[in-house]
Amino acid sequence: MQARDVDKRELIARRVAQELRDGFCVNLGIGTPTLVANYVPADMEVIFQSENGMLGVGPFPLEGEEDADLVNAGKETVSEIPGSSYFSSSDSFAMIRGGHVNLTVLGALQVDEKGNLANWAIPGKMLKGMGGAMDLVAGARRVIVAMEHATRDGQPKILRQCSLPLTGVSVVDLIVTELAVIEVSPQGLILREIAERASPESVQQLTEARLRVAADLKRIELSPA
Amino acid sequence: MDKRIASADEAVRSIRDGATILMGGFGLCGIPENLIAALQRAGTKNLTVISNNAGSSDFGIGLLLETRQVRKMVASYVGENKVFEQLVLQGEVELELNPQGTLAERIRAGGAGIPAFYTPTGYGTMIAEGKETREFGGRMYVLERALRADVAFIKAWKGDRWGNLIYRKTARNYNPVMATAADYVIAEVERLVELGDIPPGDVHTPGVYVDAILQGQCYEKRIEKRTVRRRT
Repeated sequence: MQARDVDKRELIARRVAQELRDGFCVNLGIGTPTLVANYVPADMEVIFQSENGMLGVGPFPLEGEEDADLVNAGKETVSEIPGSSYFSSSDSFAMIRGGHVNLTVLGALQVDEKGNLANWAIPGKMLKGMGGAMDLVAGARRVIVAMEHATRDGQPKILRQCSLPLTGVSVVDLIVTELAVIEVSPQGLILREIAERASPESVQQLTEARLRVAADLKRIELSPA
Repeated sequence: MDKRIASADEAVRSIRDGATILMGGFGLCGIPENLIAALQRAGTKNLTVISNNAGSSDFGIGLLLETRQVRKMVASYVGENKVFEQLVLQGEVELELNPQGTLAERIRAGGAGIPAFYTPTGYGTMIAEGKETREFGGRMYVLERALRADVAFIKAWKGDRWGNLIYRKTARNYNPVMATAADYVIAEVERLVELGDIPPGDVHTPGVYVDAILQGQCYEKRIEKRTVRRRT
């Protein structure tokens, strides 16, 4: 991964972290969303939920303290924190589907102007599966997509209509990219915030869906690095 | 009442070709290593395996795929096993994908006497194709059916001769719900203890669900992604 890509991911994670609230139960998808855990404000307690059956997911363990029975949804070794708990997969998804997870942050291949999300199947490649993504977007109280604004070859990912197999219909609430923060509303997509180096025009150029510029458009403010 | 059996080999002896088998685990975490190895040795084939993942190319369920014992997999994510991907593309193994929560709830329903249920998961996606949908409270739901199997392979941490089980940390995952949804439930445990050693309040799976229990041996407990942080 190029240094620029790493920077983009960190910028996105730092902005998403602004959406955390004290006491929130949060599920982070694999990839860029996992970085959000590095930016929880010092005075805030956020409980991370892992779909494979854990609440209170701690950081990666110290070397030598890895436990094969203690992994996150990405199958990475993690640790416990004071207050952690374990439960079964059916309980985990009852928690998710039943609206007990305040926020889920996941990546996307495509998002469209109706808030449809496509993030689990790539055309021409074998279907590997959706894992917990469909349940998460159906059940979490708030869904934030954390992704790069365009593909590697500069193609828009925010479209009028998703062309890839859907993960969920009208599920996305907020899109956070390295360039912009976009709210999904019943009336369409609203450009709420833009990055330092961006303008509404430059953002629209990289976006296929039509963006309404908020009257109170702001610059993105980031959590401290 | 003594459900203890001597070995995993003995446990799998009655499993017939064509059986459907629920297998606990999430990735390689909490998998019934001994039972999978015994099934591989037994050579039982044309199996339908229901598990969250397909193991890795050379471990877990991957072992049964290597020996071509599996005809069909029901899973939620199979991306970690490249060999499996090839088998599907070549038409040698059938794959039925279920969202993880739907898979867990189908199995729970199967063990709880609920024949079918509505879930919001997957409405409007490929998952809902061919299935009934219905509106409740202004929202659309998909009708999913319960899932049961002939056999369940359960991995637990501790158990006793009544089949009471305790799981350890995230090795719990699907094991509790799978223990309720098969005709023949076999549990392998790391510690087979005396009846009464497990405090009643600590029991995760009451013994009534378990048909056979065995002391597991030589657990490899592979870690898929060993991620660590530095000491500061």
